[in-house]
Amino acid sequence: MLSSLGSAGGKSAKPSFVSYVTPEEIKSEKEPSRKEKHPDLLPGEVVFCSASTVLKYTQDDLSQRGVFGVLLCTNFRVSFVSDEAPTEEMVRTLFKNKLYGENDIPLSCVDNIYGDKRKLITGGLVKNKYPSKMIIHCKDLRVFQFSLSFSKEEDAKKIFQGIVHHCLEPKSLRCLFAFSYCENTSYPGSYSYCREHLRKKQTVMFDSVEDWTQDMKRTKGNCRVVSENSNFELSPKLPQYFIVPKNVSDEDLTKYQGKGLPMWCWSHHSGCALFKTASIPLVQEDNVCCRMLTAVAHNHLYSVKTEDLSDTLPTVQDILLSYNRFKQFFLIDNTTEFWMSDMKWFSSLDNCGWLDIIRQCLQKAVEVVESLEKENTNVLIMEEGGSDLCCVVSSLVQLMLDPYYRTLLGFQSLVQKEWVAGGHAFLDRSNHLHLKDKVESQSPVFLLFLECVWQLQQQHGPAFQFSETYLTVLSDSIHVPVFTTFLFNNDGHRDSLLRAESPHTQRSPLNCPTVWDWSVQFDCKAQDLFTNPLYTEKPKQDTSVRKSYRPRHLRQLSLPSSAFKTPPKKGFFKDEADNLKKILGVKRLSRWMLSPSSDSPQTSSSVREFYEAWQTKPLDYHGLLLPCLDGPSIRVWMQRYLRWIHDVQILGGGPVAMLSKVSEILGEVQELQRQLDRHGCTLTSNHKGARPRAKTAAAVIAARSSVRLSSSFPFVTSRNWSFKPAIPTSLLQSLMVTGMAGNLADREDDGGPESLV
Amino acid sequence: MESCFIYSVQDMAKDVTYICPYIGALRGTLTVTNYRLFFKCMDREPAFVLDLPLGVVSRVEKIGGASSRGDVSYGLVCKDIRNLRFAHKQMEDSLRKSIFEILMKCAFPVSNGLTIFAFEYGQVYPENGWKVYDAQAEYKRQGLPNESWRITKVNDHYELCDTYPSTLVVPVNIPDEELKRVAAFRAKGRIPVLSWIHPESQATVIRCSQPMVGVNGKRSKDDEKYLQTIMDANAQSHKLFIFDARPSVNAAANKMKGGGYESEDAYQNAELVFLDIHNIHVMRESLRKLKEVVYPNIEESHWFSNLESTHWLEHIKLILAGALRIADKVESGKTSVVVHCSDGWDRTAQLTSLAMVMLDGHYRTIRGFQVLLEKEWLSFGHRFQLRIGHGDKNHTDADRSPVFLQFIDCVWQMTRQFPAAFEFNEYFLITILDHLYSCLFGTFMCNSEQQRVKEELPKKTVSLWAYINSQPEEFTNPLYVNYSNHVLFPVVSMRHLELWVGYYIRWNPRMRPQEPVHQRYKELLAKRAELQKRVEELQREVTNRSASSSSERAGSPTRSITPVQTFV
Repeated sequence: MLSSLGSAGGKSAKPSFVSYVTPEEIKSEKEPSRKEKHPDLLPGEVVFCSASTVLKYTQDDLSQRGVFGVLLCTNFRVSFVSDEAPTEEMVRTLFKNKLYGENDIPLSCVDNIYGDKRKLITGGLVKNKYPSKMIIHCKDLRVFQFSLSFSKEEDAKKIFQGIVHHCLEPKSLRCLFAFSYCENTSYPGSYSYCREHLRKKQTVMFDSVEDWTQDMKRTKGNCRVVSENSNFELSPKLPQYFIVPKNVSDEDLTKYQGKGLPMWCWSHHSGCALFKTASIPLVQEDNVCCRMLTAVAHNHLYSVKTEDLSDTLPTVQDILLSYNRFKQFFLIDNTTEFWMSDMKWFSSLDNCGWLDIIRQCLQKAVEVVESLEKENTNVLIMEEGGSDLCCVVSSLVQLMLDPYYRTLLGFQSLVQKEWVAGGHAFLDRSNHLHLKDKVESQSPVFLLFLECVWQLQQQHGPAFQFSETYLTVLSDSIHVPVFTTFLFNNDGHRDSLLRAESPHTQRSPLNCPTVWDWSVQFDCKAQDLFTNPLYTEKPKQDTSVRKSYRPRHLRQLSLPSSAFKTPPKKGFFKDEADNLKKILGVKRLSRWMLSPSSDSPQTSSSVREFYEAWQTKPLDYHGLLLPCLDGPSIRVWMQRYLRWIHDVQILGGGPVAMLSKVSEILGEVQELQRQLDRHGCTLTSNHKGARPRAKTAAAVIAARSSVRLSSSFPFVTSRNWSFKPAIPTSLLQSLMVTGMAGNLADREDDGGPESLV
Repeated sequence: MESCFIYSVQDMAKDVTYICPYIGALRGTLTVTNYRLFFKCMDREPAFVLDLPLGVVSRVEKIGGASSRGDVSYGLVCKDIRNLRFAHKQMEDSLRKSIFEILMKCAFPVSNGLTIFAFEYGQVYPENGWKVYDAQAEYKRQGLPNESWRITKVNDHYELCDTYPSTLVVPVNIPDEELKRVAAFRAKGRIPVLSWIHPESQATVIRCSQPMVGVNGKRSKDDEKYLQTIMDANAQSHKLFIFDARPSVNAAANKMKGGGYESEDAYQNAELVFLDIHNIHVMRESLRKLKEVVYPNIEESHWFSNLESTHWLEHIKLILAGALRIADKVESGKTSVVVHCSDGWDRTAQLTSLAMVMLDGHYRTIRGFQVLLEKEWLSFGHRFQLRIGHGDKNHTDADRSPVFLQFIDCVWQMTRQFPAAFEFNEYFLITILDHLYSCLFGTFMCNSEQQRVKEELPKKTVSLWAYINSQPEEFTNPLYVNYSNHVLFPVVSMRHLELWVGYYIRWNPRMRPQEPVHQRYKELLAKRAELQKRVEELQREVTNRSASSSSERAGSPTRSITPVQTFV
């Protein structure tokens, strides 16, 4: 079936390929509506090439059905515009992204392109050929299949080469769409959309001394804000502003371009704090490592635990490899393939190791939390570069310990602090530019973090103000090359590029939106789905409890501090360090064993005890949160990974069924509260922020009968609603009943005497 | 409820050690009664209590005899996915012996010629649970009898088929005499009868046992005519689907023993489909493996592979897939279906009842589900006594099988996929399973309706439904939305199936949710009710006030109202 349609490819293109086309298709080709079609272009968007009479296959079945339309490639996206007039429901799509539609693929969102016989297309190889069928796998897990056999040969060649060129071949950063988009939008004035202005203002960007000072004050930290790098004089790789322990000298700041500098992340109310650092090799001649440890230790109780994450967690390459295997389970080309893989689903999950990596990151974070919370020691986490797993672990630690980061704005501020200002190399990790020398550095580290957050959120729903949908949308936004948030490797990089690209004088850098300007992508109604209607807002009296807490770090003064002030001697560093480690009681938290199964039993049992002790206490959604790490508790993020797969959409079910009911009740509660207020009663309400939004979300969902919503809500609308259930194919073939069970299978249900074992 | 029934303390032993796989050794007092085993350890705060009905005990075994230190330990293998281990000092020989013997005696009353506790349980409930199901009333709800279907009394004295209920629904134009001839051709006389009829299309779900085809391919004109009549009763379709729950190999193998399946030559317009569901032995083995994987501890790193190796969810998937295909044929195809396996009391019950849960919203309510169990499982002769082995010490009996557990698991899977479509909650399902083994209620005693009538169960025992219906709020899903005529088609992909942690791993304290989610919804509902009351009170107050003095300003009532805490 497939070949009958697909044979008009490169090699057999000599005779007029019209002869290969069935009458039906000829009819569609003769259709008069061949005028230039394109999507509503964004400011600064330019069409590179296009081809008409492209067939887009319907995803959800094996039949070669589809819709004809125009396939375009612009400087922002690959876009398919159907020849059929959009149905009314399509226009009214609730959760519409303003930047790209359901048939658009932002260029950076293209993951892989396959040609005929599922051959992977790589950059330089295409030359004059083009496949009859092109499959595009997207980073947001959508799969598109196009047939080019019905287009004019010239057009087909052009569009194919255009797409391959713009999606797969190396390009320069300034070619990314953000720059032409921002030059062409009057952006600074335009973010007065709905509540956006306020919202943006409240996300702490950590791009000023005040932001850092504020955050340190909030957590009652006692460290030093460094502003010496505001013009990147110290190092372009260091954040513009950052915080280090008080004892770090000016001299140390300038050394090693920030390597080895303990950067403050967060202070525990006991006074101890979490620091992260880019590790310096131990063979370093200088004793900077030693001094830094001392500096950290001085922060609280002369105690410090160090944790080299490169020893104990998988590498960025491991993460990429594992994720690449994992995502394949969801990039489904056809139904048969899907059901074939269904029987081996669980073991495939185990084999790809992705969930195990998530578990390890969470476990590491719990270990750090234990040190801070139970032992009140300072913790210094380190890795080469200090901006990958350090970011994952430090942000997770803060989410577990600090309820502020579980609010929507708090979470956005956390990402700003640990990831954006913290210098996570977003550009290199996503390799938007397809640079050959950056292939190695590509890795979904930020996605891994979001996965971990999702696990926490699944286990402790009411503790999070933001919803699962919010996390899914955020994970998609990484691949929309419009937001400055994800385009650069660090502050210095961002600053220099935005300055260089500015159309104005050097004084004002180019103003681009950050991903937190959600109104760029979604209107207010859609944004309502970002909040969790079940979120429990903090009861008011809690703040006073916090204030009255007395930190216990007075002991610090009674300890002899001279021990650390021995003048360093060259060449004795190793002994010094060892000695110091002994004095300080520096401990390694744990070790990453090569095989995940041989996890250091000591640590996991200590983590286990810590979890069990926490579990027996009454649950406080505004206190410490720990994840359960046992096998069944770490799960697959269904919404993100299964949303496009037609066969697993639960029609009339899924979490949205629960959500709509909860929203409805909340709406009623709110209405009653309002009635009471009208009567002049001031009742303490713990719900202020969240409730109005929950109400609107309820209205949004209620607008459609919830029976018609599916588990893919809000990403796939019920347009393809059918009452036909997905019947799994290939059931018994893979059921391996072996050994003893094999004999059992042949036996009678009647447990007669002859069948007794 | 447990506090007020009468039981007799059979024995009590002090200074017994319970070896908990999670906490470690606990010393306390062990009490055995004719209903339960009760262990209490006062050393801990709060006191540790283990309270289990003896009915869940499948096996009691001495472990390793008397050790050098003089400790004796024995293990209890339980039907509810746990094992318990006790040890105590061999101080006075007589005492040790007695508690072990008492346990052996009380846990297996049937093997020891004693009565099951359900016959002694005297708790009185406001409702007589035995009245929940009335076959006539249920068929009436379905619109039966009608012009094509009649209710027959041919089995009133269980003479046609002793494992069938007395009330049967059969095609109007098949007289009782012909039914008897059909019965001769169906295994154990379990003729095709109606289980459910579609309110609009009149497509029906029919259940029966395998035809006695045998090696020679025997045919029965009566049986062929009978199925033709069933097809004709549904004007919407000229086809009939016969779903054979078994794998085709097994169905064929049954011919050797005189059984088999309908050949499409003999039954015109009928299409035979095998659903590939395995037999009771495979299922039992699968559950045994599952228990190994989940109890007492879960191996963290290979969890999914270990789970897969038990095949448990694979079996769940096959059962659900089979039911889905049946429901789809009836709903989308408007075609009548005949469902059978070998005897038609295990896999057939799973399939028809699940299909009915999908098709009919009534069965998703608390009472409707009780009716469904009474009808498809109890009255149609699922052999609970044999499959569960109440009070029987013969734990290796090949008739034991978790067929009913699988059905409840499938229902749970559906409640996960459709969280608002069921009136009952997870606790309801767990309660049913707990009392499946507890031997406290008479509901799951015996193998057939005939036996239950003979044993006078409704007179001598209490029904589980009496207990459940005495406190429905405990079992109600606060999110329930009654989509009256909505058909549920679950997704039967492994991607959406998960192990029922709340049941299989509930003994592991680490897997216990700290706050059950439904608790929060309940709070929300309570909050709404409270506010509603306040608003009403206030409105009354305001009207009174404005009546008495119109000049007084609102605001003074503030003090009389205490602030409401939204969430606890």
